[in-house]
Amino acid sequence: MSVMNLVSYEDALASYDPVMGLEVHVELGTKTKMFCGCSTELGAEPNSQTCPTCLGLPGSLPVVNAVGVESAVKIGLALNCEIAEWCRFARKNYFYPDMPKNFQTSQYDEPIAFNGYLDVQLEDGSTFRVEIERAHMEEDTGKSSHVGGATGRIHGATHSLLDYNRAGIPLIEIVTKPIVGAGERAPEVAKAYVAELRELIKSLGVSEARMDKGQMRCDVNLSLRPHGTETFGTRSETKNVNSLRSVERAARFEIQRHATVLTDGGTIVQETRHFHEDDGTTTSGRIKDNAEDYRYFPEPDLVPVAPSREWVEELRAALPELPRVRRARLQAEWGLSDKDMQSVLNAGAVEPIQETIAAGAPADQARKWWMGELARRANETGTELAEQPITPAQVARVTALVAEGKLNDKLARQVIEAVLAGEGEPDEVVEKRGLAVVSDDSALGAAVDQAIAENEAVAAKIRDGKVAAVGALVGAVMKATRGQADAARVKDLILERLGAEGQ
Amino acid sequence: MTELIRFTAAETAGAIAKGEVSAVEVAQAHLDRIEAVDKKVNAFLHVDTEGALAAARAVDEKRAKGEELGPLAGVPLALKDVFTTKGIPTTCGSKMLEGWIPPYDATLTTRLKDAGVVILGKTNMDEFAMGSSTENSAYGPTGNPWDLTRIPGGSGGGSAAALAAFEAPLAIGTDTGGSIRQPGAVTGTVGVKPTYGSVSRYGLVAFSSSLDQGGPCARTVLDAALLHEAIAGHDPLDSTSIDAPVPAVVEAAKMRDVRGMRIGVVKEFAGEGYQTGVMQRFDESVELLRELGAEVVEVSCPSFTLALPAYYLIAPSECSSNLARFDAMRYGLRVGDDGSRSAEEVTALTREAGFGDEVKRRIILGTYALSSGYYDAYYGSAQKVRTLISRDFDSAFAGVDVLVSPTTPTTAFPIGERADDPMAMYLADLCTIPSNLAGNAAMSLPVGLAPEDNLPVGLQIIAPAMADDRLYRVGGAVEAALNDKWGHTLLEEVPAL
Ligand SMILES: [Zn+2]
Repeated sequence: MSVMNLVSYEDALASYDPVMGLEVHVELGTKTKMFCGCSTELGAEPNSQTCPTCLGLPGSLPVVNAVGVESAVKIGLALNCEIAEWCRFARKNYFYPDMPKNFQTSQYDEPIAFNGYLDVQLEDGSTFRVEIERAHMEEDTGKSSHVGGATGRIHGATHSLLDYNRAGIPLIEIVTKPIVGAGERAPEVAKAYVAELRELIKSLGVSEARMDKGQMRCDVNLSLRPHGTETFGTRSETKNVNSLRSVERAARFEIQRHATVLTDGGTIVQETRHFHEDDGTTTSGRIKDNAEDYRYFPEPDLVPVAPSREWVEELRAALPELPRVRRARLQAEWGLSDKDMQSVLNAGAVEPIQETIAAGAPADQARKWWMGELARRANETGTELAEQPITPAQVARVTALVAEGKLNDKLARQVIEAVLAGEGEPDEVVEKRGLAVVSDDSALGAAVDQAIAENEAVAAKIRDGKVAAVGALVGAVMKATRGQADAARVKDLILERLGAEGQ
Repeated sequence: MTELIRFTAAETAGAIAKGEVSAVEVAQAHLDRIEAVDKKVNAFLHVDTEGALAAARAVDEKRAKGEELGPLAGVPLALKDVFTTKGIPTTCGSKMLEGWIPPYDATLTTRLKDAGVVILGKTNMDEFAMGSSTENSAYGPTGNPWDLTRIPGGSGGGSAAALAAFEAPLAIGTDTGGSIRQPGAVTGTVGVKPTYGSVSRYGLVAFSSSLDQGGPCARTVLDAALLHEAIAGHDPLDSTSIDAPVPAVVEAAKMRDVRGMRIGVVKEFAGEGYQTGVMQRFDESVELLRELGAEVVEVSCPSFTLALPAYYLIAPSECSSNLARFDAMRYGLRVGDDGSRSAEEVTALTREAGFGDEVKRRIILGTYALSSGYYDAYYGSAQKVRTLISRDFDSAFAGVDVLVSPTTPTTAFPIGERADDPMAMYLADLCTIPSNLAGNAAMSLPVGLAPEDNLPVGLQIIAPAMADDRLYRVGGAVEAALNDKWGHTLLEEVPAL
């Protein structure tokens, strides 16, 4: 279906009410895999981090990674879930070459955490509560790459290569209850939910949750129902959407696509779909008919997991400050209005600002740079603020140079641009470009004298006590020195020469 | 040298420790015996001559240096081909794994090696341990040394036959529904299924994970106890392994005293389908126990009649999942990979060619039983029966120390007789299955020959979980009394091969 033929987003929402379900997989940052002692380090030689267990060799057995369970409980608690007193792993049976045992060790009807919620903040500052159905533990599969075809997909490939380094890496799957009532904001809610979840996971220290590295992957399930009806429509499952922006786009596209099909009197097929980053569309994947049956049953090779209440309470008490609470604290510390804080959030500037402050910058300065110059640049290039090629430490150094009087605002801007352009550290840029503020009185003296001589009328006003007029002379000096003068010092010198000091 | 192969394991270890014989001589005697008779018996799928002699030499060297030897150092053993052995083929009796050389040792294999046990080779079995006759092996049936035209039981027929043919004094089996005990019964040897979780399953190629249990096979109760002690104990690599001390089985085997013990006869294991000679020897054993000073009572375990159908839902369900990994992708057989077929097609062709009929039958049964819409009625109900059976055991053990029954309703049947009748085959495990479902401990002990066919009869003794020592106490006492009565051991009556 081409984008051209789609019902517009507004028309889709005029007739239908979207219902969403979000399934997020998070790879835990444990040192070892979920059921064996193999390393989880990324980027190793294919199949170098494997053993009989994660290769599913005959006779091998799994042993549960205690840190994995602890991480799952922490995530459950942070999501306001109940933690199971007793739960089991289950086998999800299906054949696929990247799954060494041809079953995935997962959890079925006894998840470790269930019945929770996550409050997410939307761009207008309002809060939307996303109900959590469950969070459960499972293992990742291996990775197949298909060789010989044009697209890298299995279709047309001559052979496939399998890397089992990822097989057995612990995953937590977090499943929402159906998200209803978001209306036109459904895509925004989806994005805000995934963003909030990512912050939460990071704050717990259980995963880096890098979507670009596949450490966090989102499936967007979406259906439409005509306004005023209760029954959910048939859903599509858009798999492995790998950035916040894509989550929003995928939801939006699916709303339009469903509406288009339904408006034409067609029926939605229950299927998985692939999202395409390039044009924001989805295409059909695998049909999910009722014949698909995973034949779940309790994993007989593992004993039940029974987190004691004492331990759960210990973990609850030791939870770090969660993102929402932290944001409220930072807003207070930075002295921002709700509106300003919301802008900071929308720009994704909390972390950069926080880190810049931690590197020694004053709060207002840190915010000024990230929300001004850098946010503008991120917008223009369509990139994430945090991904700009400048570090919080570098921004902090620039603010320090300003505070020391070595740079003025204009020069600081040039330094930032140079750092972004890859010209090196702020100090190197100042050195190489000769950008330091001129505050040497003898060097400035001539410029000041010249400015007074060329603006005698203004000088006379100042001599008469109209000190406010000094700006015009300062401007002239700055112009003459191409902005490299220390403006404060220039002002002092002018007043001194005109005998107006102290006024 | 003929004498050496007739030694018990305890005698062999003693003779080696005293220097009366070297471990290499012992190993060679058994390798010679295998060479001489195994063409007829077909107990071994793979004989590791070099490995066995090297292990024996290591024991001799240890002794020469004056180092202490364990109680089984230098004793040869036949290992069921379902445990992985690093560098040595492991086939599970299946074409699917023909030629597969595991890169790792099962925990049990490691423990045997650490104990100085000399592993002679890997023994024949029903494919993936599914069967009661060893006829389901992809490598041909094993003969029963008492009558080579009869089955040696199964699935561990190779291990039991190796003992009865004096090819090894010790063997390892696995018991999922009776695969140690039933072969023990029909070959006149001792077979023990330890408490579930007491012998590590790490490296035991799974048939039914919640039922499988490795255990000792031997010609005497004491030998079985020595082997039990060597292989049992907690293993962190097996999550279902019990972290508790192993019961004092060797001490119990030596007690030879059952005075004051309360013994329950399971009422349900008698009647139609039980061979007259089997019941006769069983009744005599019960009488003997009474004479030895035990108190015998009859107990009823009504749920046991549901054990067989429950077993044939649980075991196939688990097996359908456990055997899914044999997909031709990473190891074992690969059929039809000619560059034109998809991975899916190659997997299908390989499974078609690599699995035998009984394995396919159980995979299909299990796949069906786990299907959505049928799960509750089949797998779910079977799990409930499992609970009922455990309760029957609990209430029985509230009043008695051990339960006894015939191990199997009949003596060894002729090869081929039940091959086309799975139900008749399944009945061979009627009395043994309840202990697998409940996870407790059980032993089969030879108690004579059935008068009508002169074939061995086994007495099954069942003890509560982690009370394995009671099996050895009762077994040791009965064995000693019978040997006294006969003036020799039962296996001395095995015909020459
Ligand atoms: Zn591993």
